[in-house]
Amino acid sequence: MTRGQDAWVTSMIAVRDARDEAAFARLFGHFAPRVKAFLMRSGADATLAEECAQETMATLWHKAHLFDPNRASVATWIFTIARNRRIDVLRRTRHPEPEDLPWGPEPEPDQADALALQQESKQLGEALAALPEKQRVLIEKAYFGDLTHSEIATETGLPLGTIKSRIRLALDRLRHAMK
Amino acid sequence: MTMHDINHHLTDKLLMAYSAGALPEAFSLAVATHVSMCDECRARLGAYESLGGAVLERADTVAMAPDSLDVTMARIRNGAPVVNTPAPHKRGVLPAPLCDYVGGDLADVRWRSIGMGVKQAILPTSRDATARLLFIPAGAAVPDHGHRGTELTLVLQGAFVDETDRYGPGDIEIADEDLHHMPVADIGADCICLAATDAPLRFRGMIPRLAQPFLRI
Ligand SMILES: [Zn+2]
Repeated sequence: MTRGQDAWVTSMIAVRDARDEAAFARLFGHFAPRVKAFLMRSGADATLAEECAQETMATLWHKAHLFDPNRASVATWIFTIARNRRIDVLRRTRHPEPEDLPWGPEPEPDQADALALQQESKQLGEALAALPEKQRVLIEKAYFGDLTHSEIATETGLPLGTIKSRIRLALDRLRHAMK
Repeated sequence: MTMHDINHHLTDKLLMAYSAGALPEAFSLAVATHVSMCDECRARLGAYESLGGAVLERADTVAMAPDSLDVTMARIRNGAPVVNTPAPHKRGVLPAPLCDYVGGDLADVRWRSIGMGVKQAILPTSRDATARLLFIPAGAAVPDHGHRGTELTLVLQGAFVDETDRYGPGDIEIADEDLHHMPVADIGADCICLAATDAPLRFRGMIPRLAQPFLRI
């Protein structure tokens, strides 16, 4: 199962299927300090950021059955959980979420597609790193919650279209399988 | 509610702002509800959320407390039992995010009449913008109005027509300050929409303007 698969996806699947605490510890070691930094950039103090980072990682464990490697990287999925915690705690409002789409009836979705999405997510990170600093900082500010919605510029110069098409394909397959 | 035939979608700006967590709650509710009905926008949103993932992956790190993994494992053991069953497939008329705010389905909405058969129900969101459900009887009109800010109108059932186009189930109209319009429900069926605004509407007629403070429309 692990051959050719993204290491974080492998750990997520071990958490999901086997409640594997060692795999969880690996995810925790890599992502919790990033979530904490993300929350501190967004205005939380160290104590609050520590607590929210722990809650984010606990949510990852509890909602592992909703993670779908055909539609998101592990970093992306954790980002959405951390973002929602940030809004709950720092803005004291809710962030309404779209209706959940579970994995679908097939226990193991198409691995080649999942791998392709993980690679494209990695390439997106590289493209972000390669942007001129001014442009990159603007995107980071938006996602750290430093910009209002009218200040956000959507011209990113990044290959978002390839990821969108990949996710669309996964959704079409899921819808077909659910029929 | 059908997945096909959606012609009016979210803008990149709304999708990116939603993914960054920068929208007022009422707008986020409209975005989440449209995405629940539209796989195209779900995929576009997924791309913007990937960008958030890339930002997180590249972010600096701040060391966690030495006992934090143990504390988190204790949180997990004391937390809610894990429900591993897939979320139930659509139960009723309203998409899941709206059911949350209504506290049930369409039958549970507490409508208030605002005249001429039009009814509304304001949903509980933060005050920086207002979300409400609108019920427009077949063939009836919402009074001619303009906007100071932005208004998002998402059709849940039926259809409406205004100066710009026809909007059916799943379609979302994004109206800004320049648009003065009078949505009219299709003659065939009552129209139910979710409308989100970040400023009060401006009516042209005298009577709706007088009534406005009472209606919070
Ligand atoms: Zn759409």
